[in-house]
Amino acid sequence: MTNVLYDLPGPKARRRNAALGVLSVLGIAALLAWIGWRFYDTGQFDAIKWDQFEYADVQTELLNGYLTTLRAAGTAAVLALALGALLATGRLSDHAILRAPSSFVVELFRAIPLLILIFFAYYGPIQLGFKIGPFWPLVFGLTLYNGSVLAEIFRAGIISVARGQSEAAYALGMRKTQVMISVLLPQAVRAMLPAIVSQLVVLLKDTALGFIIQLPELLYAGKTIGGRGSFLYPYVPAYLIVAAIYIGTCGLLSWFAFWLQKRLSGGRRKIKTTADPVPLTDVTRAV
Amino acid sequence: MSNFIHVLTDNWDIIGPHFWTTIKLFLFAGIGSLVLGTLLTAMRVSPIPALRAFGTSYVLLVRNTPLTLVFALLVFAAPKLGLNIDYVPTARVALIAYTSAFVCEVLRSGINTVPVGQAEAARALGMTFTQVLGSIVLPQAFRTVVPPMMSVLNAMLKNTTIAAGFSVAEAGAIQAYLSERSENQIYVLLWVAIGFLILVLPLIFTQRMLERRWRVAR
Repeated sequence: MTNVLYDLPGPKARRRNAALGVLSVLGIAALLAWIGWRFYDTGQFDAIKWDQFEYADVQTELLNGYLTTLRAAGTAAVLALALGALLATGRLSDHAILRAPSSFVVELFRAIPLLILIFFAYYGPIQLGFKIGPFWPLVFGLTLYNGSVLAEIFRAGIISVARGQSEAAYALGMRKTQVMISVLLPQAVRAMLPAIVSQLVVLLKDTALGFIIQLPELLYAGKTIGGRGSFLYPYVPAYLIVAAIYIGTCGLLSWFAFWLQKRLSGGRRKIKTTADPVPLTDVTRAV
Repeated sequence: MSNFIHVLTDNWDIIGPHFWTTIKLFLFAGIGSLVLGTLLTAMRVSPIPALRAFGTSYVLLVRNTPLTLVFALLVFAAPKLGLNIDYVPTARVALIAYTSAFVCEVLRSGINTVPVGQAEAARALGMTFTQVLGSIVLPQAFRTVVPPMMSVLNAMLKNTTIAAGFSVAEAGAIQAYLSERSENQIYVLLWVAIGFLILVLPLIFTQRMLERRWRVAR
């Protein structure tokens, strides 16, 4: 689509585009130079601000933060997939008595801000006199929210399998459970895999909310390291490193989702399924 | 039950203004991210490679960054670079910088749904790139992306709560203020959740109205 928006440039347009190109390169360069100058001017390039990253203790601190982030994301991912499967089964059920509560739960947890869900799990038990750390409240919130979103992805995947498939299976005398497990699910999983992976990226990003309830995850480690006065408060280097780790991890996972999506939509090694690919959700929710 | 109601009525002086801050933050960041997101989209489809590369890298970087990290960068790291901004403007900048990447993605997928013939006809009439994009393609793209765009804005509304973790007195911070008045935290959080359910309603109505009005005849 993008190349139909403008004509093939002639000599005049090429000159104009070149001029605009130079201008925009200059503009972007000026922006980067200004940031670089702010760095230089405030002494961000000074060795003392970067020194502590050479210490094994500080590296361990960062690594522990990263592992806590991954542990929270992994635990929540497993639980959210399980909850999502349960809720999707409920919403696809033939019985209204299962359908209605599942739909209610899915709609409710998608509408309440994730941070408020986490606060419920964190401050609620404290109110009732229990003492729990910040890890499980974070996992609880992530599970409820992402479980609800995943339930919708699962449902869309099952629905997108061509109707003839289940009709044929019923005609062969299969039971409902058999149709679901042997015919619908294997095809649906392929169709929804990219969407699931991209939702897991969202989940991984949202573990950073643990920072607000003081879970010592990656972002928190960045704050601790950046807050050391003896190194002249190296917040900038610390957060740059943290950002690189987040962007690297999430970028890799997103790339994997896109790769899966591409394989679904065609190519030499196309994944076989009669289902339409479920659109990636992180564009519509994400935020 | 009456305790539950009293949590709201006794603390309206906190709850009301905090939600009002949330609404203002949402409106400000919503308009800002729509504008910046549209600009980014224009960059990504423009005939100038440098702008295309800038738009693409911006979206790629921001999409893979947690919003909490964007906040942390602006609140803790930016002052060290000599940029001292107040908490509320910081929250606006963070939300706009983050959400505009998603607005851009949605809008770009919308551009892909506009039939090629539209742009071709516009070019045949002698329109320039800005005219094709501004008068023909973008208006149609906007109309087709109403539902996903509303999801992005809805997500942004919920994301405003993160500002509470960074010293902005908005709805996410109500719990912290009222715990000082030793109110029942579960009741307080229930009211906050109900508040957000109410705030979502106008968004749903807007979406219905726009979908009805803007239904593209094809």
